[in-house]
Parts: sequence; C-alpha cells; structure tokens
Amino acid sequence: MKEGKTVTAVVEGKSKRRTPLVDRFLFVVKVVLIGLVTIGFLAFVAQQISPDNWFARWRNPGATGLSADQIKGLVISGLSQGVFYGLIALGYSMVYGVLGFINFAHGEVFMVSAYTGYIAANKFSANGMWESNFALCLLIVLLLAVMVSTVTAVLTERIAYRPLRNSPRLIPLITSIGVSFVLQNAVLGIFGPGTQGYPQLPEWLAKQRSILTFEISGIKILVFLVTIVSMTGLWYLVERTKTGKAMRAVAEDKEIASLMGINVNRIIVTTFAVGGAMAGVAGVMFGLLFRAVNPMTGFLPGIKAFTAAVVGGIGNLGGAMSGGLALGSAESIAPQLILEPLGVPGVTQLKDAVAFTVLVMVLLFKPSGLFGERLSAEDRA
Amino acid sequence: MTTLPSTLLLDWKRIFKWGPICAAALLFVSLVGMPIKLDPKSIISPLLSLGYVSLFWLPLIFGYIASSRVVLEGVETSKPGLSDLLTGVLTGAIGGAGLTLLMLGIENFDIRDPLINWSPQLLEVLAFGARDLNSAVWIGIGGALGLVGAALNVIPESLRRVVSYGSFTVLAVAIFEPALDDMSEGFRLEWLIELIFQKRGGLKLWPAIILASLIGLISVISKGKVKKAVAQYREQEGSQKKQTSYVLFGIVAVLGIVLPIFMGTYVNSLLANVGIFLLLALGLNIVVGLAGILDLGYVAFFAVGAYTTAVFTSELSPFFAPGMTWALSLVFVVILAALTGLIIGAPVIRMRGDYLAIVTLGFGEIIRLLFLSDFLKPYFGGAQGILGIPGIDLGFVYISGTDTRGIFYLVLFFCALAVYVSWRLQASRLGRSWMAIREDEQVAEAMGINTVNSKLMAFVVGAVLASFAGAIMAARVGSVFPNSFMILISIVILVVVIVGGMGSIPGVFVGAFVLIGILGGPKQPGLLQEFGSLKLLVYGMLLVYMMLQRPEGLVPSARRTQELHQEEFLQDSWLKGTDAEDEEQPVEGEEAQI
Repeated sequence: MKEGKTVTAVVEGKSKRRTPLVDRFLFVVKVVLIGLVTIGFLAFVAQQISPDNWFARWRNPGATGLSADQIKGLVISGLSQGVFYGLIALGYSMVYGVLGFINFAHGEVFMVSAYTGYIAANKFSANGMWESNFALCLLIVLLLAVMVSTVTAVLTERIAYRPLRNSPRLIPLITSIGVSFVLQNAVLGIFGPGTQGYPQLPEWLAKQRSILTFEISGIKILVFLVTIVSMTGLWYLVERTKTGKAMRAVAEDKEIASLMGINVNRIIVTTFAVGGAMAGVAGVMFGLLFRAVNPMTGFLPGIKAFTAAVVGGIGNLGGAMSGGLALGSAESIAPQLILEPLGVPGVTQLKDAVAFTVLVMVLLFKPSGLFGERLSAEDRA
Repeated sequence: MTTLPSTLLLDWKRIFKWGPICAAALLFVSLVGMPIKLDPKSIISPLLSLGYVSLFWLPLIFGYIASSRVVLEGVETSKPGLSDLLTGVLTGAIGGAGLTLLMLGIENFDIRDPLINWSPQLLEVLAFGARDLNSAVWIGIGGALGLVGAALNVIPESLRRVVSYGSFTVLAVAIFEPALDDMSEGFRLEWLIELIFQKRGGLKLWPAIILASLIGLISVISKGKVKKAVAQYREQEGSQKKQTSYVLFGIVAVLGIVLPIFMGTYVNSLLANVGIFLLLALGLNIVVGLAGILDLGYVAFFAVGAYTTAVFTSELSPFFAPGMTWALSLVFVVILAALTGLIIGAPVIRMRGDYLAIVTLGFGEIIRLLFLSDFLKPYFGGAQGILGIPGIDLGFVYISGTDTRGIFYLVLFFCALAVYVSWRLQASRLGRSWMAIREDEQVAEAMGINTVNSKLMAFVVGAVLASFAGAIMAARVGSVFPNSFMILISIVILVVVIVGGMGSIPGVFVGAFVLIGILGGPKQPGLLQEFGSLKLLVYGMLLVYMMLQRPEGLVPSARRTQELHQEEFLQDSWLKGTDAEDEEQPVEGEEAQI
C-alpha cells in the first residue's frame, strides 16, 4: 500500500511539474507573438496619425507613415499573390481530404504548368499570333497548360502514390518529396537551368486601370476574373454534380463509399486531376503576371499554398481560397504594417519568414484553421 | 506442346506494356542529358562510357522485368525458355525504337528552343560518333540488351551470379578510379594502376575482362559463405557475440586510423565530406529513424552549429568576436544547438506528423532567411556571411581547414561519438520510448511514456549532433554563408537516411558512403563528378523507388521492417496455419526476440 502511494505521488508530481513546462513555454511564445503584433500594429497606427509621434519614433526613428495609395497597392499585390496560393491550396486541400497526406509535389505541378505556358506562349509569340490574336492564344495556352498539369498530377498519382494507398501516413509524404525533386530536376535537365521569360503582354492588358480608386493593372483583373470563373466551376463540380458528391463521400469514408458503389480509385484520380487543373490555371496566370519561370518556381508557392490550406482549414475548399487570400495579404502587408514600425530594417526580405510565421501561429492558436477543417475521423487522428 | 505454339503464346500484353515504358524511359534519360553529360566518364576505354551505360541498362532491366514471371508457391509454372527470351528481345527492341525515333527527330526537326538537349551533340552520342549511322541500329541494340536481360531469367543461378558480380565489379572499379589513383601513391602501387587503367581514364579492356571473371569466379566459390558467416554472427549470444563485436570494431577502428595516412588529399577530402554528411545523417536517424519525427528543417541545426562556431572563433565576426579556440566554442555550440532544438521542438511537438514536417521545413527556411536578412546583418553579416574562421587548435595539435587528413580524423572522432550515442540510446529507456512513440503514439502515451519529453529529447540529441557537423564544416571551409544552408541539404540527408535504412546505424553508413561518396552532396562533388546537377534527379528517383519498393532501406533494422510489412508478416503467419484468433501472436513473439 505504502509503495503504491509513493508511486502515484511521483507520477502526479511528474505530470504536474513536467508537462506544463512545454505549455508554459508555448504560453510565453504566444504572449510574445501577440505582444509583438499588437505593439507593431499600434506603432503603425501611431505613425499613421503623425510620424512625429513618440510612439512611432520609439522603435523606428525614420518613420514616415504610408500613404493611402501605398496601402492600397500593398493590398492589391497581396491579394493577387494570394490568388495563386489559393488556387494551388485547393489541390493540397482536396488531396489531403481524400487521401490524408500532403502531396508535396503539388507545387511542382504548378511549375510544370507555368513551363508549358511559357513554351506555348513563346511559340505563338515567334510567329506573331501572340500580338495579333491574343485572346485565342491565351485560351489555347491555358488549355494546353491545364492539360499538361492535369496529366502530370494524374501520372504522379498512378506511379508514386497508388501503390502506397494503405501505408503509414509519412511514407506517401516522403515519396511526394521525392516526386517533387524528380519533377524539379527533370524540368531543369530538359529545359535548362536558367530563368525563362514569358512574351510581352499586349498594351491593353498591361496598362494600369483605376477601379473604385484602386490602381490595378489589367493583367491582375484578368487573374482575378479567371480565378473567380475556375472557383465557380470547382464549386459547381464539388457541390452540384454526382462526381462531386462521390468525392465528398470518399473524403468522408473510403470504405463505406466503396460499399455504396463508388469507384474509389476513379474518384481519387479525379481529385488529383481537378487539383492539377487548378494548379495549371494558377501556373499560366503566374507566368503572365510575373513573366518569369524557372525550375524552382514551384517550391515556395507550393509550401505557402499548403500553409494557406492549413490557415483556411484543410479539406475545406472555400477555406483554402480564403486562406490563400489571407496569407497573400498577410505576407504583403505585415512586413510594412508590423515589422517596419518595430524598427526592423529590410522588411521585404522577410516576406517568406512572415508566411511561415503565420503557419506556426495558426497551428499554435487554431490548429483546425480559420474556417474549420473537414476531414474524416481517421485522418484527423 | 511443341515450341511453335509456345512462341506464339507470347505475353503480348506484357510486351506492349513494358516496351513503351522502356522507350519513354530512354527518351527521358536522353533528353535530360545523361548520355551527353556522362559520356566523358569512361568505364572501359574506349569501348564503353558511363553515358552509354545510362542508356544500355534500361532495355536490359526492362527485358528482365518483362520476361520474369511471378512464381507462386505450389503452382506449377512452365519452365523459362524461348518465349521468355523473345519477350525480352521484343521489349528491348520497342525501347530501342524510341531512340531511333529520337535520332530521326533530331535530324529532321529543330526544337532546340525549349529542349536544350535536342542537339547535334546528343545525335553524335547516339550515333556512336559516326556521322551516317543508320538510326535503326538502336532497335537491334535494344533487342540485344533485352535478350541479355531476359537471359538472366533463363540461365542457371551460378552463371547469373558470375555475370552480375563481374559486371558490377567492373563498374565499381571504374567509378572508384580517381580514389584508387589517389590511394595508389600512398601504397606504392602506381604500377598496378598503370596496368589496369588507361592514362586518360577508364579500364583497359583485358584487365576489365580478367577482373570480371576473377570476381565472378570468387562469387561462385564463396557462394553462401558470407550469408552463413553473418547468420553465425547473429546467432552468437552473450559474451561470445560481444567478443566478436569487439574484434570487428577493433579492425574497423584500426583501418579508420591507419588508412588515411596512406591516402592522398583527394580521398581524404572526399571522406571528410562523407563524414560530415554521415554525422548529420546519424543525427537525423535518431529523429526520423528512432523517434519517427519527420524533421525537414534539420539543416537549421547544422546552420546554428556553423554560425555559432563562426561567431565565437572568427576575429571578423561583425558584432561579437571573442576569438575563442574551436574546442572552447564547441561548448557554446552544444548549448545553443540544444536550445534551438528545444525552441523549434516545443511548438511542433504536439502537431500531426505531416504538419510537423512542413512546420519544421518552415523553421529551417526561417533560420536561413534570418541569417540572410538585413535585420540580423549587424550580427551575422547577412549575405556576406562571416569570414576568417581559424583552424582547429586542440592544444596538442593544430588542424587547419585545408588539412584534409586532420579534418577527416576529427570527423571520424565525432562520427564514432555519434554512433556510440545512438547505439547506447537505442536500447536505453529513452530509445525504447522513442520506438514506442514511432509505432503508435497514443498507445505509448497510454503505457505511461511522457511523449512530449521523449520527442523533445530526440530533437535535442539530433540538434547537437547536427551542430557538431556544422562546427566542423565552418572550420573546414573557413567561412559561413546563409546560402550554404538550403532546405535541399535537409532533404539530401533524409534521402541518405531512407536509402540506408531508417533506424539502422549500418544502414546510415551505407547510405552516406554510397550516395555522398559516389554521387556527392548538394554542392560537394563525389566520385562521379560528371553527374553535376543530375545527381539531385537521381536522389529524387532513389527516394521514390525506395519508398515504393523497399521502405525499410538497404540495410534495414529488423524492427522497422516488421512495422512496415506488418500485413505481410500477418499473412505469412496465417498461411503457416496459425489460427485467425492468435494471428498477432507470432509477430509479438518475433519482436520480443529482438
């Protein structure tokens, strides 16, 4: 009896002392993060009211404040960047919802599409069609790139992921890292290591326009329009068609879905294809907007898109898009809004670091994402 | 049945499945530029270069695959024969036809604009240097190679051993040529090198044949003996096993200490590279292999080790330059690495395994970006890095960064330390709790394991080992730059661990020597310098291949194998006639033995 008592006492003592140590540390981390963000934001507000304010000068003596146009510009560039994260995040989110693993190679599917677009666009540009008949060319380029990226996504599923359907969760993740390496370096080997440029856009598309006092270039409007169209298409597919219903069923429970007569394999292929197509749209738009692709183009957007999917709640398609927009705006605005007033020099260099910090913060504060995850019970474990 | 129907009964489905795949693989290899890039490396001069090997092995393998059949126990199969050979020939020929088409394509169309390897250079390599070679010759070559591949299925086992061992030896000797060349000076064996190798690289024809047949013969004579010896070693128990282990360990230690004296700069620097990656891989093996935490930002600890050393030892460190000796700075390296391990580990420890992977990857990138940024430039020098890191003064001996032999000894010492640590940890309470967490975290927690602390410990131990590698690296190169710590390095180390075998120390050795030694690290050249940027492609393919075919690695750890093939083990025990109710018992029993 006596022994038993001491043992329980020790165990209790341990659990009292040890486990909370990590939690306490995490609490401190949370407080520091929130504190920094709040102070940064307050300092920003102070500097907007008057740059000579002592609070604004406290950390950043050179504070000048931002003009309304500058802030609008940041928002626009953030949103247009976020659109890409959102489009790519859809693929991550859908695959995670259905198969429960992170398809690391999805960013590379995006890159493959951007490359296809570059090749097709340059061929059109070489024979003059790009200038004379831009709309038709764009349509063909878009269709081609979407086709190629869809085929790439489906092929990777067939070759690399299908044999691993029932293995432990980390195995397909590691495989997808390998696939991503292969795609990157295959493109590098076949098309050369350099950065390739898209052809010039026609004048009417490149010039700045003013909508609701927002200065925005025509190509960005196009990007937003195309995104809205493809999102609508996706929503229709997932929510209103039989295939979409089957996809949701498979995401909920594969076994029961197959008992209901759904061909699970075909649905999984469809999921990869749709995700690939979305990445394909993003790839061409990315190429048109930034006019440069290289074999590493897919890496960072890929990881950030996954971040976006987590921010929005993985498995949740609307969440993925809004997560993308949120992340894009955060990494565009936060450096100027929070870091600059804190007196951090060279803030634009820290854009990527901000994106990853957002990921860590979301996982610390709300691991299920801003809009809630939609996963089957087994994937949530 | 007579032979005629059996030849007609060819498995056309297999041929038309594997043939086009073979053709696609050949096209891919050609267009990625392997034949052109690897052509300078001669295997048997002037007959065969590595560029051609990169083409030839494909029809051979696909011929082998297409003609091999699944043999089920208890089911009678027809004896392998002519039809199998024909299957191989046809598969190889279809593959070769792909290259024929490619040659015709290059001759007639110019699409070099996007495809950089669609070039006359490739055409020249494919035409064996001859101007007007009929491209149809590749159909014949493909067929012949397919035949050889299929023949491997048909010929008796001993002959297959001779052929495979012989050809692998020739390949290996040719690959190791620069190392052998370098070592020959120390052993006064220049005459042997001159006898075997051509002046401009590559084996001479006759020595190659003699070597191949010699090794082939030895392989037949010693057939089964190696396996028996290993089994015997495994069966030994108690003090006897300990004794044998000590003897083996002694031999390895003596070799490790004595050999470098005879080796030149080239081999020593190669081994030092391998050693640094081995050290990193041993650390990651604890995190990934033992504890099952997929840490993709492992390079962060490497960076912390290197930067700490740089700040504490270099006089040119921009903010704080105490100018300590390397040995003294190591104390701070360990402390700071452990702290970083805790700080990175704490927030991620409760996350799902796959989220953890991405978040650690994010941390790895954040640390590089911070070192690179203007924000921390006053402290760490930004993109210019920190220069002027002195050599290693250990009191009794001074090792400068260019002294490759000294660096190698240092790396050897730390690797031995890492091996000792992981070996002792494996069987310890902590190691067993890691393995329990890897197998099932919830069950482990229910069994009273403090999973949070155990996982944090894995992070810390891994971080400290990686920081040692970083410290050595900093002293060796004499400078640190943020861009030496790309995420790429984490992934290459991961490939080393996975190819070798997660959780298996000998596996990690094999992985590091094979991958880093032969192909080279992300920026460090290996024995096959010709691979250049293609090595990353090879790394990726190896990773995918290993995950699909052999997730337990080349030299697997017994327990990990059981985890990964649990279903097969269960099926086996079921087939052996155990009742369905206690089907799990044999597995438990086997685990208990280990």
